Amino acid sequence: MSLLELDAVAGGYGQVQVLHGIDLSVDQGNVAVVLGANGAGKTTTLRAISGIIRVTGDIRFDGASIVGRGPEAVSRLGIAHVPQGRGTFSELSVEENLRIGAINRRDNAIDRDLARWYEVFPRLGERRQQEAGSMSGGEQQMLALARAMMARPRLLLLDEPSLGLAPLVTREFFAQLGELNREEGMSILVVEQNANLALDLGHWGYVLEAGQIAVQGPAEQLHDDEAVRKAYLGF
Amino acid sequence: MELFIEQVMNGIGNGVVYGSVALALVLIFRTTKVLNFAQGEMALFSTYLTWQLTEWGLGVVGAIVISMLFAFVAGAAIQWTLIRPMEGRSPLNVVIITLGLFLGINSLAQLFFGVDPQFMPSPFPEGSISLVSGARVQKDTIGLMLVLLVECLALWLLLNRTRLGLKLRAVAGDPDSARLHGINAGRMLMLGWAMAAAIGALAGSLVAANRTGFDATLMQIILVYALAATALGGFDSIWGAVICGLIVGIADALTIQYVDALDGIEVVVPLGLILVVLVVLPTGLFGKRTVERV
Repeated sequence: MSLLELDAVAGGYGQVQVLHGIDLSVDQGNVAVVLGANGAGKTTTLRAISGIIRVTGDIRFDGASIVGRGPEAVSRLGIAHVPQGRGTFSELSVEENLRIGAINRRDNAIDRDLARWYEVFPRLGERRQQEAGSMSGGEQQMLALARAMMARPRLLLLDEPSLGLAPLVTREFFAQLGELNREEGMSILVVEQNANLALDLGHWGYVLEAGQIAVQGPAEQLHDDEAVRKAYLGF
Repeated sequence: MELFIEQVMNGIGNGVVYGSVALALVLIFRTTKVLNFAQGEMALFSTYLTWQLTEWGLGVVGAIVISMLFAFVAGAAIQWTLIRPMEGRSPLNVVIITLGLFLGINSLAQLFFGVDPQFMPSPFPEGSISLVSGARVQKDTIGLMLVLLVECLALWLLLNRTRLGLKLRAVAGDPDSARLHGINAGRMLMLGWAMAAAIGALAGSLVAANRTGFDATLMQIILVYALAATALGGFDSIWGAVICGLIVGIADALTIQYVDALDGIEVVVPLGLILVVLVVLPTGLFGKRTVERV
């Protein structure tokens, strides 16, 4: 069963149309990967799902249409979006950043979750009182993931998490994502330029070109398809 | 020495007011990143309202509370109708709107309440207390200081110790990211304006009571001093605004006492301070230098 479904989603910014009818879905417990060159519409697709931009077509989350809802509402439904640039609240402490992730939760397990993420990312634990903006890019990416997870989302949207990170840090980060998916069944939609790593993580892959899905298929198959690699992925 | 201490006390009396208005400026600056030039005139209007209520026979404390509630709602309404539509446009638009409000609200206040000086009753006991050195300090100066202290403490606790405060700070830091975390950014910005307006109403009413009379020019010079305090404090620090308000007030009082080069020379003090801060210490005495790594 699909957790998230996009049906002929089109739209963009003002007069500029970026998406020209996107069909895409993320199955419960799966990792879907969206690849494509700069300007293909990857980020815009995520922004459409989160309700940051208005689009036509239909977006269904868990069977219910969420088109036309703003980002506040979409977030409360259980979709956590880690934007490009990571959305760090730089002047707040690491711990305050994490508490913002859980800001709309009313249960009493928030402190337990905090402790858990400090265990997963010990660097964050060491720096919990430090200003978040003073951390390295890799640490901020971990913070962004942990902050998103503090909301206990049902779907995680990640926008180019590897951007600006050292290769080793990126690999660690993707290993962490894989663990989240396997051990907790977290459903993830990740947009990436680093096709190799992303396809290793994903179950299903989409290649976006000029605002449309050009190719799709099982991640493994895309990864090994010589023609796709040459035409779209450049490796 | 006695004279010196009395002048310092006078300065503190004024400085408390500058600090209060600076506090309101900082609150809006932190949430919306603009300086609200209409802050003083919004406070003026509320001050007239407090006065009108006392004229109608209400006790001054009750009048101030009602006036603060009115300011809270009016501040929210101004944000909703005039500031919010400018979201995503140049900050200059908002600056121009606040300048328009400055003129508009001042004219409205004169239209409703007239141009004659009015007298505001004080909520504080009259008289003065002598200090050990023989200098005397007015009781209402002490009252003003206590009010300001309580105000700061309450605001600090709200911002740093509550869930609502965390939301407010999140929106101040990165409204887009805050929205992605399910925070209603629009409501938080509105709340920032509402609280600032209420703080202004309190400050205006108290300063009017502190003077022998007030008219529609009451807040104009105060706003200049408050802006100096805000700049000196670094624009985003609550305690910075208050402490620098006091510094500006004291500097002003001492200039009046000891520098008699020109009548009105003391007005140079806040402007000089703004200049020095912008040139030498752009982040102010208490402002955080934003360190960002990518």
